Amino acid sequence: MISLNSTLSKATKPQANEGKSLWSDGWKRLKKNKGAYWSMWFIAIVCLIAVLAPWIAPYSFETQNIDRALMPPDSTNLLGTDSLGRDMLSRIIYGARMSMAVGIFTAIFSLLIGGVYGAVSGWVGGWVDAVLMRIIDILYAIPSLVLLIMVGVIFNSVEVFENPELKALTGIFLALSVVGWVSIARLVRGQVLQVREMLYVEGARALGASSWRIVGRHIGPNILGPIIVMLTFQIPSNILFESFLSFIGLGLQPPFSSWGVLANDGWKAKSYPHLILYPGLALFLTMLAFNLLGDGLRDAFDPKLKSRG
Amino acid sequence: MIGRLSSYLGRVLGYGAILLMVLLVAFDLGQIEIDPALWWFTAAWYLAAFVYAVFKGEMFVYVTKRLLEAGFVIWVIATLTFLMLRFLPGGPFDAEKQLPPEIKANIEAKYGLDKPLPEQYLNYLVGLTKGDLGESYKYLGRPVSKMIGETLPVSFQLGFYSMLLAFVIGIPLGVFAASKHNTLLDNGLMILAISGVALPSFIIGPLLVMVFSFGIPFAGLQGALPPALWESPIYYILPVVTLGLRPAAIIARMTRSSMLDVIQADFVRTARAKGVAAQVVLYKHVLKNSLIPVLTISGPLIAGVLSGSFVVEIVFGVPGMGKHLVQSVTNRDYPLILGLTLVFSAMLIVANLIVDLLYTVVDPRIKLS
Repeated sequence: MISLNSTLSKATKPQANEGKSLWSDGWKRLKKNKGAYWSMWFIAIVCLIAVLAPWIAPYSFETQNIDRALMPPDSTNLLGTDSLGRDMLSRIIYGARMSMAVGIFTAIFSLLIGGVYGAVSGWVGGWVDAVLMRIIDILYAIPSLVLLIMVGVIFNSVEVFENPELKALTGIFLALSVVGWVSIARLVRGQVLQVREMLYVEGARALGASSWRIVGRHIGPNILGPIIVMLTFQIPSNILFESFLSFIGLGLQPPFSSWGVLANDGWKAKSYPHLILYPGLALFLTMLAFNLLGDGLRDAFDPKLKSRG
Repeated sequence: MIGRLSSYLGRVLGYGAILLMVLLVAFDLGQIEIDPALWWFTAAWYLAAFVYAVFKGEMFVYVTKRLLEAGFVIWVIATLTFLMLRFLPGGPFDAEKQLPPEIKANIEAKYGLDKPLPEQYLNYLVGLTKGDLGESYKYLGRPVSKMIGETLPVSFQLGFYSMLLAFVIGIPLGVFAASKHNTLLDNGLMILAISGVALPSFIIGPLLVMVFSFGIPFAGLQGALPPALWESPIYYILPVVTLGLRPAAIIARMTRSSMLDVIQADFVRTARAKGVAAQVVLYKHVLKNSLIPVLTISGPLIAGVLSGSFVVEIVFGVPGMGKHLVQSVTNRDYPLILGLTLVFSAMLIVANLIVDLLYTVVDPRIKLS
């Protein structure tokens, strides 16, 4: 009896103490991974810069100063100027705003569509699942670049918005979401299928919980780990795709600024290294940070890899 | 007896296929004119190897299913692009100037745009089965199939050499890093690899041009390599490196982590316990088994290289399909967009099928269904 008691207390005590949930465990593991940890801070700072761009940037992103065109970095323009004399530092800061907004909001939007779609497919099952998954199979087989270009072309020829910036942004946003939600839907469905037979789900059902409640309150939090990991990898790929679309002329165009637009400008200007070097560096460091953070999160939160230590 | 013969046949076909590939690459890089007969021979050899693999793995049903699926997907893509591009506002001929209505009607009649939509669609599908993709709207009188036919080989070369480079650099680096696990070298290599993953081609490409051609004076490398075009192997170097860097980095990471996984397997311990030399264990037992996940990701990698080739072709002025794609999108050259989209999708689907078949060959434990 005593021994049983002591094992019981041993088993329950850590539960009672805070800081033993999956999340705090993962958080501890993440903190140990220096690269991922500092990447997280780096991303937070880039986000802050993006949000505060109008207050941080020394100049406007579109003010031209032809007298000072193509100046290398000096004390007036810390990172030099482009071919129209616009301040590169300000353009990079505003570019962060655009690139990060596209990357993050598209990922969230894809999560909303893909999450609901995948959850319905996995939870309802049966012919609904079969139909939904066939649609996914077809979409999945279409190369994402083709989808991107198709949506981009449609959006470019439909006159919905007067504002060119808004139009380009919405176009990119739609194109990337169309591409992004498919893989999330697949992941969510797979996870729901795995989890739906678990005892706690059965328990919740036995207690009379509604489907909404079970999926939202019980299944959702339990499959969040892999989804967050996937989102962390989707954000940089969205940023990259935005740059790509801007590069081939389906995305943002100057005077608006995103890192892709700047890279394109820099490449066109040739022989002025500072025009491509600094936007390139910003893009590279951000991509690197997201990749490191994604790796770290995967190691920290993906339960399948837990045993590896 | 038959089993042994068949396995010899498999080996002959497999090594022959590699040999033929090496031969073709050598001819191509040596700028030796390749006899069409050699092309046909290679094609026949690969077809034979394919059929053998299908027989050996008893994958008729699977392959038929996949081929039917591929056909269906291509049909869906063709229909989607057809519908989309027809319903988009702003036809190709009312973009620049307002044409007199009679002339416009004439032009539309020439391209069959005045017919009812179902008929246009039917004509299009029938044309497709004959390999006819229509005529370009922008480059008058030029059949799309010809335009694609002229540029496809260049894009294929670029993609092929990039993937080749990725494997040739990626796998040895991954093996090396794994064999030096948890040392400074391993860590350094992996930092390099993850940097390679994070470096977009449209950044590294222009930077390479600046260092090796013009722009940044660095260690006397200025003018060492041509910055653009695609005329002889020396022109291939910068575009191929630009496009191959990212997949190389991904392959290196994958090879390393997969090797570290396999090293812990029981059969490796057994081999070591039997006294097999460490190097032999590493290459014969570990590496061979580690390559399967590497093969698995090469499907997505090929997709990445194919899409990446568009950017690289633009950056380096390579006369491939990428140039046409970007122009056709801005020109609203519907037949050209459709044709490129279809060819691009077909290439990807075939590449994925081949990758799937390849790993049943490499790993007999995998049975596809």
